[in-house]
Amino acid sequence: MEFDRNFIFGQLRRIKDPEIPVVDIVELGIVRDARLVGGVIHVDITPTYSGCPAMRVIEDEIIEVLRQNFPGSITVNKVYSPPWTSAWLSSETKEKFRRYGIAPPGNVCGIEKLVALGQARQPVACPHCGKSDCELRSEYSSTACKALYFCGSCKEPFEYFKEI
Amino acid sequence: MCPSPPEMPLREELVQWLLVLGDDRLVLGHRLSEWCGHAPILEEDIALANIGLDCIGHASALLGLAGKEEGKGRSEDDLAYLREAIDFRNHQICELPKGDFAFTIVRQFLVDSYAALLYEVLKSSTNAELAAVAAKVHKEVTYHLRHSSQWFLRLGDGTEESHRRTQQSLDALWMYTGELFGDTHGDVALNAAKVSPLPSSLRATWKAKVSDLIRLATLSLPSDEQYMASGSRSGRHTEHLGHLLAEMQILPRSFPGASW
Repeated sequence: MEFDRNFIFGQLRRIKDPEIPVVDIVELGIVRDARLVGGVIHVDITPTYSGCPAMRVIEDEIIEVLRQNFPGSITVNKVYSPPWTSAWLSSETKEKFRRYGIAPPGNVCGIEKLVALGQARQPVACPHCGKSDCELRSEYSSTACKALYFCGSCKEPFEYFKEI
Repeated sequence: MCPSPPEMPLREELVQWLLVLGDDRLVLGHRLSEWCGHAPILEEDIALANIGLDCIGHASALLGLAGKEEGKGRSEDDLAYLREAIDFRNHQICELPKGDFAFTIVRQFLVDSYAALLYEVLKSSTNAELAAVAAKVHKEVTYHLRHSSQWFLRLGDGTEESHRRTQQSLDALWMYTGELFGDTHGDVALNAAKVSPLPSSLRATWKAKVSDLIRLATLSLPSDEQYMASGSRSGRHTEHLGHLLAEMQILPRSFPGASW
């Protein structure tokens, strides 16, 4: 068994995000790098949001998964550069969000302009019925990364993964 | 004659500045957490808790950096839980009690506006680790500012009661804003090394942006010709910080060395 980057990444793809269990931590871009150096596996992870409480759980699960095949030391390092961005999510990952009931993030290009109060977000489509007459209820929802919307058509509330 | 590398001679100044940054976030995050279970509506209970969590995440990164730069083996937890009030370097505006919802929103708006400008410049710090953390903080503070700006506008240009409470809060908080833009000798040195901007350099832009929204919210801009609180950069705080730390630190101080 060769513990190179590819192998380690393959193992880590088995770990689902605790909050959104249909996507894994590799496709989310949380796992940034992995290497075997001097008999120790190093995994670099980056938080989606600075205060993300799931990071501890993810760290524990990384060690648990790798320990199944690797008897040596495993170190998980938190890195902040480059800062996590929703632009790293592929369209396949975004489609998984939508099928799970979370409206996927839009394009990141306007983040600095978001503060201008007249600047509305790009129209958000309801992940349940697909219609776009949706109203923002709160900038923050069950987690810091998601906002709360309400669909005017099917009358269901839903979460929106914010672009950042 | 070669200039000495900025990190070595400016270590003390950098540690002090990282404590200012980290303590601001930690104390602010703590005040926000006090709304958990007590906010006027469920959406704001969740929003304020999430914003507080972001702030504590920022504090964790910044205090971790401070401990590392200091080189005495103090972790972020040691710095957060084992220092006395006189060793905290947060600006006084962050430690004020949460007050009513209007007070919290006005304080957030004033501090978020400052933090958004500050961290935008810090992204280009010559200290690579600070620049990396700043890039992350800046993105999240942008969302905090959007939240507090929207509420500031809604409350100011709202009912007679919300307008009154918001104006009262603005008038009470203004004397704590001067401190955000004071320069110390350390700030001057860090600015020369392009590690950090001079706090005073942010004042004009901050004032302009804040004034714009005050006007839009049909509120009155308080006067700068008033006593401005100061002293936090030397560890002089209001009477409120001690009580805050007593609550925040009691558990690790009661059980030294305990871990989950």
